[in-house]
Amino acid sequence: MGIDRNMLEEIGRSNIGDLFSDIPAEVRVDRLDLPRGMSEMEVIGRLRSMLKSNVTADDCPCFCGGGVYHHFIPSAVKAIVSRSEFCTSYTPYQAEISQGMLQALFEYQSFIAELTGLDAVNSSNYDGATALGEAATMCYRLNGKRKFLIPEAMNWEKKSVLKNYAWGPGIEIVEYAFDMNTGELDLEDLRSKLSEDVGGVYIEVPNFFGVIDSQAPSIREELKDAALVVGVNPISLGVLRPPGDYGADIVIGEGQVLGSPMNFGGPLLGIFATRQEHVRKMPGRVIGLTRDVESDRAFCMTLQTREQHIRRSKATSNICTNEALMAVAAATYLATIGREGLRTIAEINIGKARRLMSAIGELDGFVSPIFEAHHFNEFVMKPVIRPEKLNKLLLRKRIIGGLPLEDHVPHLSGHMLLATTEMHTKEDHDRLLRALAEVA
Amino acid sequence: MYHQARYERKLIFEKDGETDFSMPFQEEISDLAPANMTRERLDIPSLPEREVVKHYTDLSEMNYGVDNGFYPLGSCTMKYNPKYADVVSSLSTVANIHPYQDEDSIQGALQLMYDLEKALCEIGGVDAVTLQPAAGAHGEFTGMLLAKAFFAHKGEERTEVVIPDTAHGTNPASAAMAGFDVTEVPSSKTGCVDLEALESAVSEKTAAFMITNPNTLGIFEEDVQRIAEIVHKVGALLYYDGANLNAVMGWTNPGKMDFDIVHFNLHKTFATPHGGGGPGAGPVGVRKRLEPFLPVPRIVFKDGKYRLDYDRSESIGKVRPFFGNFAVLVRAYAYILRMGGNGLKEASERAVLNSNYMKEKLKDTFDLPFKDLRKHEFVISAKRLKEQKEVRALDIAKRLLDYGLHAPTIYFPSLVEEALMIEPTETETKETLDLYIDTLKKIAEENPMLVRSAPHNTSARRIDEVYAAKEAILSWRAFRKREKEKEGDPSDEKDKGDCTLCRSIVGDMDSLKKRIGKSVD
Repeated sequence: MGIDRNMLEEIGRSNIGDLFSDIPAEVRVDRLDLPRGMSEMEVIGRLRSMLKSNVTADDCPCFCGGGVYHHFIPSAVKAIVSRSEFCTSYTPYQAEISQGMLQALFEYQSFIAELTGLDAVNSSNYDGATALGEAATMCYRLNGKRKFLIPEAMNWEKKSVLKNYAWGPGIEIVEYAFDMNTGELDLEDLRSKLSEDVGGVYIEVPNFFGVIDSQAPSIREELKDAALVVGVNPISLGVLRPPGDYGADIVIGEGQVLGSPMNFGGPLLGIFATRQEHVRKMPGRVIGLTRDVESDRAFCMTLQTREQHIRRSKATSNICTNEALMAVAAATYLATIGREGLRTIAEINIGKARRLMSAIGELDGFVSPIFEAHHFNEFVMKPVIRPEKLNKLLLRKRIIGGLPLEDHVPHLSGHMLLATTEMHTKEDHDRLLRALAEVA
Repeated sequence: MYHQARYERKLIFEKDGETDFSMPFQEEISDLAPANMTRERLDIPSLPEREVVKHYTDLSEMNYGVDNGFYPLGSCTMKYNPKYADVVSSLSTVANIHPYQDEDSIQGALQLMYDLEKALCEIGGVDAVTLQPAAGAHGEFTGMLLAKAFFAHKGEERTEVVIPDTAHGTNPASAAMAGFDVTEVPSSKTGCVDLEALESAVSEKTAAFMITNPNTLGIFEEDVQRIAEIVHKVGALLYYDGANLNAVMGWTNPGKMDFDIVHFNLHKTFATPHGGGGPGAGPVGVRKRLEPFLPVPRIVFKDGKYRLDYDRSESIGKVRPFFGNFAVLVRAYAYILRMGGNGLKEASERAVLNSNYMKEKLKDTFDLPFKDLRKHEFVISAKRLKEQKEVRALDIAKRLLDYGLHAPTIYFPSLVEEALMIEPTETETKETLDLYIDTLKKIAEENPMLVRSAPHNTSARRIDEVYAAKEAILSWRAFRKREKEKEGDPSDEKDKGDCTLCRSIVGDMDSLKKRIGKSVD
């Protein structure tokens, strides 16, 4: 490569340094102390060998969940999101030349609207946890109340993210308990915490323990002015009732399961949906249906007066770059598997979890499932040894174990959250069961 | 002449077919969920894969990415996204690992992040980097939380963040989200930070001053040392918005300029594709004294192994789950390896040369406010064209699309009237730059009506954004509801327009048509 001397001369500069003459000598550096560049072949070789030691879910069945899950991705999804017209475009600021991305994102919003039963969906947040953070601040914008209730049974990382989003506006986070028998929310405890100053209540369906809470539809009537925020696993909505039906004001969720790989936890896909009447209070980019001058159907980013580039410090959120390509993956995933496919996958997940949790319960020394409830694709069990130690033993048998719960829900120390999906064959389950039996 | 594909804009929800998707057989199970929690209907399409692929391939042809052509969107650094990054980021050892796996089973991933942090430390001149933030704005928010935690720890109550009026909108929005009051200071006559205004704006209440250098006009803030002095004198922190880092790599760095907190935009400077809006990645670098507050976990290398350290009592905790947008980090790391220290420096040099080359060639046709020397981008004004021919920056942007060239950023920063903000990046050839220059000059001479009614060759003609905002239809579900409401309303004009959907949403188009001039083709 090198610098084009002719271009320099053409603009009356004798050397490249002339173009940097405005950088004061005191703040200059000579060079970057990094290795010299290498060829493409060497880069690919280097990374392949560096990453070789990672144990993948391709090689070993992965029973770990807790927010990110190993699901089947139809080949068509990768083919579509790899289209460089999508992949290498920027945010569609020039709508006329970006109709494809805009329509794909509008379709994503439409899929999520159907799944959640809410009309207004944004074109993505970063992930489920930051979507929850934005939901809490939106509740405050909706009713001016500064208390936000969340389940004690929740991933600690999500709680920590939420706390950081709540810090600025001074929203107080209060936890309500879960029922030790069912794993569902403790309604009495929730009621006792529903004071006048509660602006929002967050429930998860399925919850952190994989439990499908049968009380979810009755929460709305417990709340007065407070908004109901429901966290979902979108695949479960293939069989579960849309939260919009039971009074949710906002639905958030982790959309990685819709056609994106686990990617070591990122990029993910933050789902954010709300009622039409709240649309001007919602965060994030939204794609609206409109028309062009020829009256043809068209799409564009809209309601931008909520956003940072116009409203600056008064914006509903600072978000601009989001997870648009993951949203396109979600749309193509849902379109490919279709109505019946989503229902089938949800059923398979429920069936696999049901079989695995009771099979583990039959092993000596294991308690499983801990909670008497309907589960989606995760469940809590108590192994005969410490979960951390169990994971190391499983890894030796080329199995990726579950999530120890101690860090998340301290009084469930010694318990483990196991996830299973359509990726697991009967042989995978048997292999896990044999390994567990050997440990016992 | 460029012609973008123009297919019927039927939504996938309006297409019929029969799915051919299948899953391995599983025996039917009963009692799937509590009876009161079972879904009754699901209105999503079911189509054969062939139709789905055709649908989204059609859509992709109605979109424009860097691979299609020149994309000089100012402040967005739309450089070419090299393909080796696609290969490495989709390795199974990247895609199929779970973030909660045992440390022993993710050593490669941890090593990559550890090495990337170190490389970013060198590029940014900082002591420590977190890779956790998911985007640039998320990095800013993280940076503001770090400032908040830093002062809380010191027992100082600092409630304000100061920002120049040329700053990206995310700066004030991020500061406000973290709970700070935002004060904007006007720029000086040179388009740079007004030192006097800054001096009177900062106080012992100020937590931070956020700037980008070079600034959004593409001008290097030559007084940066003085700025740092003023800010540090009152005990505040200096924040570097890394959106414009592509201008200065290997020539200076934020640490050397005495910044305390820095965010990087990996999807800009480090060539990761922007995905039509995301994913990005917005790592944050800090100086030593802020390191204890960084999000957990930190990656440490001990006894020959990479470990995740969560035991950090002063940390702000998490800004997102897990470790960051790992697949994006892998791409950025591959890019840094490929370029090397020498290559990154040369990238900045070429970016600055390309920008100054274009600026020189365009500054007579358009106006170039403020000083001459620019870094990786420059802002010209279409004010004269507006006055003489009623051709605005917006019209020029739309007309460029007709030539198969992406528009620059327009109307930003707001202190330049009819602003066109052009950032060519280092990856374009002189031929491409010349083509863009010639096209802009040609547009300036074109029939104003032709320009005002542009674009003509794209998938859609000029779009009614006012209508979109007024109707706020964000989903097929919302649209169908609106349709139903209108069916009950006989006053609705059903026969306007020629597509089924628009028939019901076409209202008064006159204002739009008047604004852009009646179609000329």
